[in-house]
Amino acid sequence: MQWDFLLVQSLSGLASASSLFVIASGLTIVFGVTRIVNFAHGSFYMLGAYIAVTVVPWLLEIDRSPWLFFVGVLVSALAVGALGVLMEMLLLRRIYRVPELFQLLATFGVVLIVQDLVLLVWGPVDIPGPRAPGLRHGVVILDQRFPAYELFLIAVGPAVLGLLWLLMHRTRFGVLIRAATQDREMVGALGVNQAMLFTGTLFLGAALAGLGGALQIPRVSANSQMDLSIITEAFVVTVIGGMGSVPGAFIAALLIGQLQAFGVLIFPKITLVLVFLLMAVVLVIKPWGLLGKPEAAAGRVVLPEGILDPRPLDRAGKMLAALGLAAVLALPLLDAYAVKVGTEVLILALAAFSLNFLVGNGGIVSFGHAAYFGLGAYGAGLLVVKAGLPMEPALLAAPIAGGAFAALFGFFVVRLSGIYLAMLTLAFAQIAYAVVFQWVEVTGGDNGLVGVWPSRWAASREVYHYLVAAVTVAAIILLRRVIHAPFGATLRAARDSAQRADAIGVDVRTHRWLGFTLAGAAAGLAGGLYAFSKGSIDPTLLGIPMSVDFLSMLLLGGIQSVLGPVAGTAAFHAAKDFFMPLTDHWRLFLGLSIIAMVLVFPRGLAGAWDTLRRRRA
Amino acid sequence: MTLLSAEGLTKRFGGVLAAKDVSFGLEGGEMLAIIGPNGAGKSTTFNMVGGQLRPDAGRVTLAGQDITGMPPRAVCRMGVGRTFQVAQTFLSFSVIGNVQMALIAHHGQTRMLLPDAMAMHQDAALALLERVGMAAQADRPIGELAYGDVKRVELAIALAAAPRLLLMDEPTAGMAPAERSALMALVAGIARAERIGVLFTEHDMDAVFAHADRILVLVRGEIIARGTPEEVRADPEVQRVYLGHSGTRAAERARRAHG
Ligand SMILES: Nc1ncnc2c1ncn2[C@@H]1O[C@H](COP(=O)(O)OP(=O)(O)OP(=O)(O)O)[C@@H](O)[C@H]1O
Ligand SMILES: [Mg+2]
Repeated sequence: MQWDFLLVQSLSGLASASSLFVIASGLTIVFGVTRIVNFAHGSFYMLGAYIAVTVVPWLLEIDRSPWLFFVGVLVSALAVGALGVLMEMLLLRRIYRVPELFQLLATFGVVLIVQDLVLLVWGPVDIPGPRAPGLRHGVVILDQRFPAYELFLIAVGPAVLGLLWLLMHRTRFGVLIRAATQDREMVGALGVNQAMLFTGTLFLGAALAGLGGALQIPRVSANSQMDLSIITEAFVVTVIGGMGSVPGAFIAALLIGQLQAFGVLIFPKITLVLVFLLMAVVLVIKPWGLLGKPEAAAGRVVLPEGILDPRPLDRAGKMLAALGLAAVLALPLLDAYAVKVGTEVLILALAAFSLNFLVGNGGIVSFGHAAYFGLGAYGAGLLVVKAGLPMEPALLAAPIAGGAFAALFGFFVVRLSGIYLAMLTLAFAQIAYAVVFQWVEVTGGDNGLVGVWPSRWAASREVYHYLVAAVTVAAIILLRRVIHAPFGATLRAARDSAQRADAIGVDVRTHRWLGFTLAGAAAGLAGGLYAFSKGSIDPTLLGIPMSVDFLSMLLLGGIQSVLGPVAGTAAFHAAKDFFMPLTDHWRLFLGLSIIAMVLVFPRGLAGAWDTLRRRRA
Repeated sequence: MTLLSAEGLTKRFGGVLAAKDVSFGLEGGEMLAIIGPNGAGKSTTFNMVGGQLRPDAGRVTLAGQDITGMPPRAVCRMGVGRTFQVAQTFLSFSVIGNVQMALIAHHGQTRMLLPDAMAMHQDAALALLERVGMAAQADRPIGELAYGDVKRVELAIALAAAPRLLLMDEPTAGMAPAERSALMALVAGIARAERIGVLFTEHDMDAVFAHADRILVLVRGEIIARGTPEEVRADPEVQRVYLGHSGTRAAERARRAHG
């Protein structure tokens, strides 16, 4: 390998690092001040690109000057900043005090809404952007041609870092941002200024994302997958750098840029995996990232958001459960379609229940639970399609696959807590997704694999429905028992006060790890059942939208209740099944519903049920 | 054999030397108080003994066994129960549930998957609550209790580990004065009856002088005086740096009361 080649490779690493930093700096500033991890940051980036591919060509019509190109880019960034202001005023200021999980879900609701709006406004086809006038040529560096625009991008990162430094140290607004990032309590003392500070911060953060997106248009076409692909990378950068730290984000972006540029030479297909591995290693050594600071331990203890004191079912609860069970058994008397939906609800209910075992019972907010569901499905599916095994052993392998990967990923995950934990679960899920997506020879890549059919005795929809009912109901009853048993109580205890749990002799980390593994195994079992109900597997089973679906089921059911998620799954899946064919805007509808639930209905169906019962009593 | 001995414990936080060469010994059945102004390093010393912090230098031995740097869970299993300056309880549990949880942990049953946790150790938990005077509140959610009562439950939780040594960081903070001396009398009674060693800190000098067998005075991370309440009270250095007039008066009152 030659030096000139390595140099060029390293330069292109710097160019992507630069772009990544511009985006991640906005995310990290917004987090520092508001303590909200804004999923919609990726949407701002995407909007920046879409606005730019609209505005810039229009400006270039007037005059093909480099200046107008950059005016267009800046206008796009400012427009996106204005959208950030809108989001702060309409949504964020209502959720600063709600639990992290709800904040994440609400901002993800915005992601869904923006996805549909972008399709509405710009249509489904990718839109290529114009090249930048004056920067279209290549520059020869040591005999290698290197695009001038990339050189320009390399300069943008340090320039933005410098400007942010000036802003943070030379303006009152910037000083307030730094103060708020360092000291939570101080923000409360700001009074009226607080609203201004938060709104201004969102403007800045969104504008940076928009700038990042707009600068990309000569390199990539604006497309509707930009949001989720960039948000995971931006998360990784901010987490490695330390959430809230702009210099940290810069260092992390540089590291990742180089890792990707050279990783591509060694492991062309799995650079994403390398990036996530870097993140896992950093977090294990420095749990708050390179330049992050541990969140000052809250002196006072607050009641956790989750399952409180699980009680045995009362009479009304038992009747409701019996009614549900009867409905499950009676479904085959209706039509085939009802059976299909019923089977799916049962399977998803097990997955959601296992997630609530982590979230509601253990306080472990996993944002990547679909990974274990999907890996269970692939474990079972691959055994059938590639190894020719029948359904029975394949179904046995599903929980083992889910559990094994949960044990592997969980080993790192349980070292963290709060938002860092959520980000790491998301990152691991994306690793799994990337591997399944790219390892075409084995997994069939994007298309997945077909031919995952049940054994002959279970081939009819009705028999398979009863099989699923038997397995999922048994698994849910068992898991519910575990919640009531010492193991479940220990997870709740560790959630309430890890310090107290440690002081009474509980090995908190090991228990959380075992809990994570158990939940992963249960999700894997659900995934295996799902594969056989569909007859096929594909990467969407592991994707972020699937994880969010599971979380929405919890939210709808109520994470404070043990059995609420089961009801939540039934309601969610039935609604999805009913509405999705009727509308092209399912995501818009779902996003709005998630936000509405967080704002007005945070305790879900179980909460409504409680209120109803209490009113009658 | 000495129950607890700390030798040369030192801990630095950045530029702050929170504890410097702290050494002391404690026998079973003895009440040893650490007093000192805010930020003196009392909690830091507790945390180095309890395993919450690893000392930069020094050694902690429990009944002859080196426990330096062991994690809290291991220290607990060696027979050390503790309460925290800011009470740490399981907020989603009932009062008795908190104690049951501690008993489950003490019996190594935390990994059991099938029995109903809240049906386990009920009698033992109730007996412990009885001892700290909280049995009547057993079924209330712990979040509803007054802070002083939470501190009592925390004591019951600590006792669930059948400890040889109790570490109590400001056990009576947040209590009314009458309640304070009642709780300290209770602790002293338990300590003497069961030969449990008690290391505690207190800002309430009445409580300290009434119940401590010996006192360490910690100022800016260093022990500046040690001895019986009488000796400490008489120490001119202590009077100057820490006790001042209010402390001397408290000591007088305590002496008269127990005279
Ligand atoms: N985790 C920490 N990080 C940094 N500094 C710390 C930490 N814990 C304690 N300190 C510092 O160490 C010193 C001793 O603190 P410590 O909590 O031990 O005091 P204390 O005697 O218990 O005070 P108080 O009576 O207020 O409880 C203080 O200056 C404190 O600011
Ligand atoms: Mg203290």
